[in-house]
Amino acid sequence: MATNLDINPALQFVKDTCSVHGNAPEKLLEILHDIQNAKGYIPNIAYVAIANALNLSRAEVYGVVSFYHDFRQTPPAQKTIKLCMAEACQSVGARELRAELEAEFGVEIDIKIPDSEIEIGTVFCLGNCALGPAVLVGGQVYGRVDAQRVKDILKGDNA
Amino acid sequence: MRKIYIPRDTASVSIGADVVARKFADAGFTVVRTGSRGAAWLEVLVEIETPKGRIGYGPVQPRDVENLIQCDISNGEAHPLYLGPVEEIEYFQKQTRITFARAGVIDPLSVEDFLAHGGFQGLKKAAELGPKEIVKTVLDSGLRGRGGAGFPTGIKWQTALDASPKQKCEQKYVVCNADEGDGGTFSDRLLMESDPFALIEGMIICGYAIGATKGYIYLRSEYPLTKDILTTVIANGYRSGWLGKDIGGLGVDFDLELRIGAGAYICGEETSLLDSLEGKRGMVRAKPPLPAIAGLFGKPTIINNVITLASVPDIFVNGAQSYAAHGVARSRGTLPFQLAGNVKRGGLVEVPFGTTLRELIEGFGGGTYSGRPIKAVQVGGPLGSYLPPESLDVVLDYEAFDAIGGAIGHGGIVVFDDSADMGQQARFAFEFCELESCGKCTPCRIGSVRGKETIDKILAGENPHENLALLEDLFETMELGSLCAMGGLTPKPVRSLLKHFPQDFGEAVMCAKQGAEG
Ligand SMILES: Cc1cc2nc3c(=O)[nH]c(=O)nc-3n(C[C@H](O)[C@H](O)[C@H](O)COP(=O)(O)O)c2cc1C
Ligand code: SF4
Ligand code: FES
Repeated sequence: MATNLDINPALQFVKDTCSVHGNAPEKLLEILHDIQNAKGYIPNIAYVAIANALNLSRAEVYGVVSFYHDFRQTPPAQKTIKLCMAEACQSVGARELRAELEAEFGVEIDIKIPDSEIEIGTVFCLGNCALGPAVLVGGQVYGRVDAQRVKDILKGDNA
Repeated sequence: MRKIYIPRDTASVSIGADVVARKFADAGFTVVRTGSRGAAWLEVLVEIETPKGRIGYGPVQPRDVENLIQCDISNGEAHPLYLGPVEEIEYFQKQTRITFARAGVIDPLSVEDFLAHGGFQGLKKAAELGPKEIVKTVLDSGLRGRGGAGFPTGIKWQTALDASPKQKCEQKYVVCNADEGDGGTFSDRLLMESDPFALIEGMIICGYAIGATKGYIYLRSEYPLTKDILTTVIANGYRSGWLGKDIGGLGVDFDLELRIGAGAYICGEETSLLDSLEGKRGMVRAKPPLPAIAGLFGKPTIINNVITLASVPDIFVNGAQSYAAHGVARSRGTLPFQLAGNVKRGGLVEVPFGTTLRELIEGFGGGTYSGRPIKAVQVGGPLGSYLPPESLDVVLDYEAFDAIGGAIGHGGIVVFDDSADMGQQARFAFEFCELESCGKCTPCRIGSVRGKETIDKILAGENPHENLALLEDLFETMELGSLCAMGGLTPKPVRSLLKHFPQDFGEAVMCAKQGAEG
């Protein structure tokens, strides 16, 4: 008997998402994307629900979640930045930018610090390799950024 | 109403194309959002329609718009951002645009625009030829896979066409590899954002040739704008009768579905991609069986790169001979190279095989972005070699480039200036393998960690001779004992760095390497 009122709607959402995708095991990645887009991460309760709906084992579902870099098992910080750390961005100062941003925000890349408002993650290439360094914020790619521009973007001042 | 063309691709939007477009629309212009012609250094490249053709301005920043509107933009020769007729810009004029002929010219979302610019003509010709002749035509064109391995496309298609001929009703699949994971590459993205129907046309031709009525595009999740564009385009394809049953009245059936990856480099490897499409962890499969015989859900499957498939329609419009007339030796046709990293005029350059790195980097690219001397160039993605400036004159064809220890791969060229630390690049090669290994085999899963650790020791000056010997040993183990190129080729960039830039690994390594050569 679930007593927490938050659990039931979340569980229902997971079940509905599976059902939208026909409860098909080959749609597992799509299902996980939909859940993460809505909730920000894959909540614990999702594993059994998905496993039941798709007729998979819980280990199989967990195996997929843990294999792919995109899927996260904890809620994201309020603001997340993905910084491209692939070669073309390295050649125009991505390592230096990372260090600046880490110092600026008091965080470490790929580590979520509790209570931190900001989280910086790594991404390997955003396809903007001629206009690096590149970052991804809120589903939008920005090019030729420096630490100041990242701060402006986070403030919502994009131009 | 003045008509103006403004790109909408990831690169242009990343530096303000949406804002530029909004400002022109607010000022009363009719704005057409095209894809991009690929000259990233000229973005945002704004093109105004005039009786003399399209006139370009660039690079336009959002703050330049007011000023551009005030001056007479249709007649703005004196404006500092004036570029003249777009077709005459040297960067474009010197290219041979076949696969990217429509990129930046048309509205990528519009079937009508695609048709008005020769779209689906290749499919019509192919449908008249029938499967056997289609495969022969692709074979004759000399087209090789653009995803990295350079395998002849016609041979692959023949294998799938011949697969299980007795079971006529068996399902076959066409899968487009749009995972484009290599750092420094963006040609797939540019094609999908600028001329996506060319890819769809290529996939339909492939499906018709091998007897597949179902296709998938496996797109990496790092391309959110591409995802939006493809979603719209596939819906438009169905609505206009260019996807689904009896396509274009040609009697060809083809369904297409878009699937999104989840941030795993290894899922660009074709068998790992198939597992991922089946909803599993992206583990590499042992070959044989070849995917062309037993691929997605165990059925015959063609997996081709975006550029490979998008290059197919032209081969039917202009003929295999016309395509094969470009290029050198066994590398026929054109390749869209991507100038990336520390380069002044970065972007996509489609030219025939046979050009040189120097022509690309100095001729098109204009040297480094920073203005400093070039130190190194990495070609072919994270598993490709780093080359010193002395190697820039080697001819770019698959075999010739291979002979000097390079790999053209997907055509990515990343330029580094003299401030780059090659020891760090070597460390990164192992680190990348550590993070992206699928974990199936020990040399790759563990060798990558040991490699990174050994590089760290060498860079710290800890027993450099012993550690160098250890590294050599590790290279061999990874090269011989890995199931796929992830583990098998990770030593390649590291070897090239040690060979060409020993000075960046400390004095001991420099002496050891010089001793070995002298
Ligand atoms: C580690 C690894 C990553 C790869 N990544 C990609 C990729 O992102 N895109 C791609 O088209 N091919 C990639 N490939 C090559 C594919 O395995 C395969 O050769 C290709 O999709 C075949 O299509 P093609 O013949 O048209 O090139 C990769 C290979 C390996 C070993
Ligand atoms: S070499 Fe690496 S990526 Fe390739 S199959 Fe082995 S463990 Fe997986
Ligand atoms: S390497 Fe950073 S966007 Fe491609």
